[in-house]
Amino acid sequence: MSGEKRTSDMVDVRYVARLARLQLTEEEIRSFEAQLAQVADYVRAIREPDVTGVEPTAHATAVRNVFREDEVRPGLDHETVMTNAPVQRDGLFLVPRIVE
Amino acid sequence: MAGDLNTLTLHEAEERLARGACSSVELVQDLLGAIRERDGLIGGYLAVNEEDALKQARAADAARARGRRGALLGLPVAIKDVLNIRGEPCTCASRILRGYVSSYDATVVARLRAAGAILLGRTNMDEFAMGSSTEHSAYQLTRNPWNPDRVPGGSSGGSAAVVAADEALAALGSDTGGSIRQPAAFCGCVGLKPTYGRVSRYGLTAFASSLDQVGPMTKDVRDAARLLKVIAGRDPMDSTSLDEPVPDYESFFAEDLSGVCLGLPQEYFVGGLDTEVEKAVQEAIRLCEKLGARIVEIRLPHTRYAIATYYIIATAEASANLARFDGVRYGYRAADPRDPMDLYTRTRAEGFGAEVKRRIIFGAYVLSSGYYDAYYACAQKVRTLIRRDFHAAFERCDAILTPVTPTAAYRIGEKTANPLQMYLGDVFTVPTNLAGICGLAVPCGFTGEGLPIGLQVLGPAMGEPQILRVGYAYERAAGWGRRKPWRSGGAGPAKEAP
Amino acid sequence: MSRYEYTIGLETHVQLKTRSKMFCSCGTDFGAPPNTQVCPVCLGYPGAMPVMNMEAIRLTVLTGLMLNARISGYSKFDRKNYFYPDMPKNYQISQYDRPLCEGGFVEVDVGGRLKTVGITRIHLEEDVGKNLHFGVCSGVDFNRAGVPLMEIVSEPQLASPEEALAYLLALKQILLYAGVSDCNLEEGNLRCDVNCSVRPAGHPALGTKTEIKNLNTFKGVQAALSHELQRQVEVLERGGRIEQETRRWDPDLEETVSMRTKEDAHDYRYFPEPDLMPVALDRALVEQWAATLPELPRRKRERFMAQYGLPEYDARVLAADKGLSEYFEAAAAASRNPKGVSNWVMTEMRRRLAEKDAGLEAARITPEAMAELVALVDEGVLNSNSAKEVFLELFERGGHPREIVEVRGLAQVSDVKAMEALVERVIAEHSKSVDDYRKGKTAALKFLVGQIMRLSQGRANPQLAAEQLERRLRAEPPSAL
Repeated sequence: MSGEKRTSDMVDVRYVARLARLQLTEEEIRSFEAQLAQVADYVRAIREPDVTGVEPTAHATAVRNVFREDEVRPGLDHETVMTNAPVQRDGLFLVPRIVE
Repeated sequence: MAGDLNTLTLHEAEERLARGACSSVELVQDLLGAIRERDGLIGGYLAVNEEDALKQARAADAARARGRRGALLGLPVAIKDVLNIRGEPCTCASRILRGYVSSYDATVVARLRAAGAILLGRTNMDEFAMGSSTEHSAYQLTRNPWNPDRVPGGSSGGSAAVVAADEALAALGSDTGGSIRQPAAFCGCVGLKPTYGRVSRYGLTAFASSLDQVGPMTKDVRDAARLLKVIAGRDPMDSTSLDEPVPDYESFFAEDLSGVCLGLPQEYFVGGLDTEVEKAVQEAIRLCEKLGARIVEIRLPHTRYAIATYYIIATAEASANLARFDGVRYGYRAADPRDPMDLYTRTRAEGFGAEVKRRIIFGAYVLSSGYYDAYYACAQKVRTLIRRDFHAAFERCDAILTPVTPTAAYRIGEKTANPLQMYLGDVFTVPTNLAGICGLAVPCGFTGEGLPIGLQVLGPAMGEPQILRVGYAYERAAGWGRRKPWRSGGAGPAKEAP
Repeated sequence: MSRYEYTIGLETHVQLKTRSKMFCSCGTDFGAPPNTQVCPVCLGYPGAMPVMNMEAIRLTVLTGLMLNARISGYSKFDRKNYFYPDMPKNYQISQYDRPLCEGGFVEVDVGGRLKTVGITRIHLEEDVGKNLHFGVCSGVDFNRAGVPLMEIVSEPQLASPEEALAYLLALKQILLYAGVSDCNLEEGNLRCDVNCSVRPAGHPALGTKTEIKNLNTFKGVQAALSHELQRQVEVLERGGRIEQETRRWDPDLEETVSMRTKEDAHDYRYFPEPDLMPVALDRALVEQWAATLPELPRRKRERFMAQYGLPEYDARVLAADKGLSEYFEAAAAASRNPKGVSNWVMTEMRRRLAEKDAGLEAARITPEAMAELVALVDEGVLNSNSAKEVFLELFERGGHPREIVEVRGLAQVSDVKAMEALVERVIAEHSKSVDDYRKGKTAALKFLVGQIMRLSQGRANPQLAAEQLERRLRAEPPSAL
């Protein structure tokens, strides 16, 4: 894991932008780095309160087991789906060649 | 010929339709007139489909003539452009959704349709609901109807502005950290952030899934109650929607507040709070007391961690929610990509605005290897502490009164240079979303410059009946709603308070 | 070869037998035209939200029960973030730290020896779309996106490609047993990622492992493992080092090839899926589901030994196959000789089915007919040759054994009178052998019995023939000739 080389809380904008698939200009990288350093510094406050034994909240409600029955319902018709496709061929969404 | 039906509230218009005093077509025509006259300046709408709205109005009039009734039959509603409307674009005020046409109705939209409502148009917002001023729209600026040099707030700034400027009777907004309540306060209208799970999120383009809720933005509290009743309730398409009965919220309304206990959190009345805002809120509290409410001091000790917690959780969820915008299945796509990587990175670089990119990067950062525990996992625990604060507080009171915002609407461009400054403005609204409870913004006065100030009424989960009751009684007694930013006759925006 | 030890672990992805997808109501039919089984949810449209398919949860729990796993009282879904054109949301809904099932084991038949292979965990996730390639472009079909996939992770306890194959066969049998998956390999119902490493024999620490992704045939798993382990050995022999990496099996080149390695760090940024509520299965519900399970093979094996007195080997072979074991039980129920039934099922029946490369449905012999066939042998009506003939007729065309015996005249000649005639004829025709016998060459008796069998076209009861021959030869003086 690449966490080891980034020990400070400096946001490695270049690395994260790659994970998030965002091409940034050098100028954007510089300004984001400065702004996010401020934000990172600010949010570090969450480490102040004592959270030992505190359960994390992932959902605002305590509901469990929300299921649906295994039933097939009609989806979208093919033409409607393909009208949204930026590039298509033979009913497929086209992308540059995927190298697997 | 031009009437002023556009200045009515939903329930006033409904009452006129019911007794045949006006038609839905007339209602729509007056609204279209106001939009033509003002929206060039205000910029609240991204799209108004005049033809279609009139067609829906004619159909509604015909249906009414045939004896059909419906909670919103023939009543036009504006929709924040973050909600999917079948057959229409849903841009989220982003370039990246250019070309996308929705093939399904959001559940709230379907419920509006089923109740007979007319979908008047789609309103402007901060891109993907990320922002507090609507300055982060990729398409246009929206101005505050009370002063066009000021922001309308955000992210539901378009919805707030069109309701305040009488370009809509009511609108839907979405609220992740205050995006309904803050613009409602800045524009002098009513905004309700329902309890998490009260309203279906299906079809609401997600910003932060564990915080987002859809809610009404209206001219008065009764309209908010009425709209909520239509859109609330369990939806099998949204696993997080709650299976709780939807009451008739108006039945809880009373003219006084006897028997109601209201809590004042010390932590919300501190430095940074504008003196005019504080004065207006204190006066509102005194009025509530006069109406029979008992006032108690309460503590919400973890409030000061709320914004930090919020920004970690919201951006983390957003970084995943916005990954789907990649130029493969719909929306904007960069020209001539060399390979999939190039397709993604350029499509997203060209498609997203700066604020969205900033949040995606921060969100991916707090989740990334080596940082998860220090940020995201920790924020989830602090979120628990914030929820507990409210649980404890609501043991002692029925509702909590606070300001909606530390200041009234600021100048356009004033905070764009410093993102953190803008984030800090959400200090009073963000804890509500973290706790999953409900909150109502009601106008409670004006600054010396004539800018609206908002009072926030917070309730526990499923506490909508009590906060709407408090809001209704206060609004009725205070009477701020009678003031309009737009002088009748269409002379232009009122520069000072009348 | 024995200078190195192999360590292999498998991650098996199983497409579950549900009508609809994991998180939406689109169908799961294989082979539909591209992008015709799609909706806002499985296309990752803005605003669309997932809802869990209860049946997929149930099937995963059933699998857990069959594999002796612990069913979690609390389980949840997470988002696994990575970009790929076949991933509609660019995150996959999967399970990170709270899978539906944990622990467990499966018993694997490795060349007649029983080996217990540990199961680490079983979790549920959604499948991705399918990529088709043409020239400089690829096309994506999202019909498969969102189909429920169950991932079964084994402990790294397999020691050879053969064991890996045996493990997969055992797993497949169990999945079919429980009706959890069709296990149709052609349709990609079962896909494997394998991890493997080598180390010098006796060396305490494991070697560096490599992963081979997306193997969709059992043969592929075996071949890829054989080549990859061999490659690792060769690297070590040359004094090289194994890189921890993901490799791809190229069946045409018959070798594994390295996929892009460090360039794209696997930083999946897992976090709890906020759109789905956790799963907390009630004990009573799990028990209710468990009650619908067929008897576990292990339990059945023990019961077959106790109830029918079968040897362990028979019991294991029969119990491992749901259809075969049910057939056996039906036949045994109608028979007084379950072991006799087992012998027929274990030998003739399995051989014929194997020859035809067919399932049990290819056999026309009913369990009742099987029981009757055994009875006819036990009653001495059929000798083993004739019985095989009757079996073949029953197997191919069905019918009633007694009728076949009658029509074909296959009943053993056990009648003393009829046998006498045969004995007389053989003695008359083979005086030389008769003499030999009387001179003390007992082997001559065998020849004479053989002649009786030949004359009777195999229908004579050989035991009776020998008895009567002997008696007759002793009784008559040699001079009479």
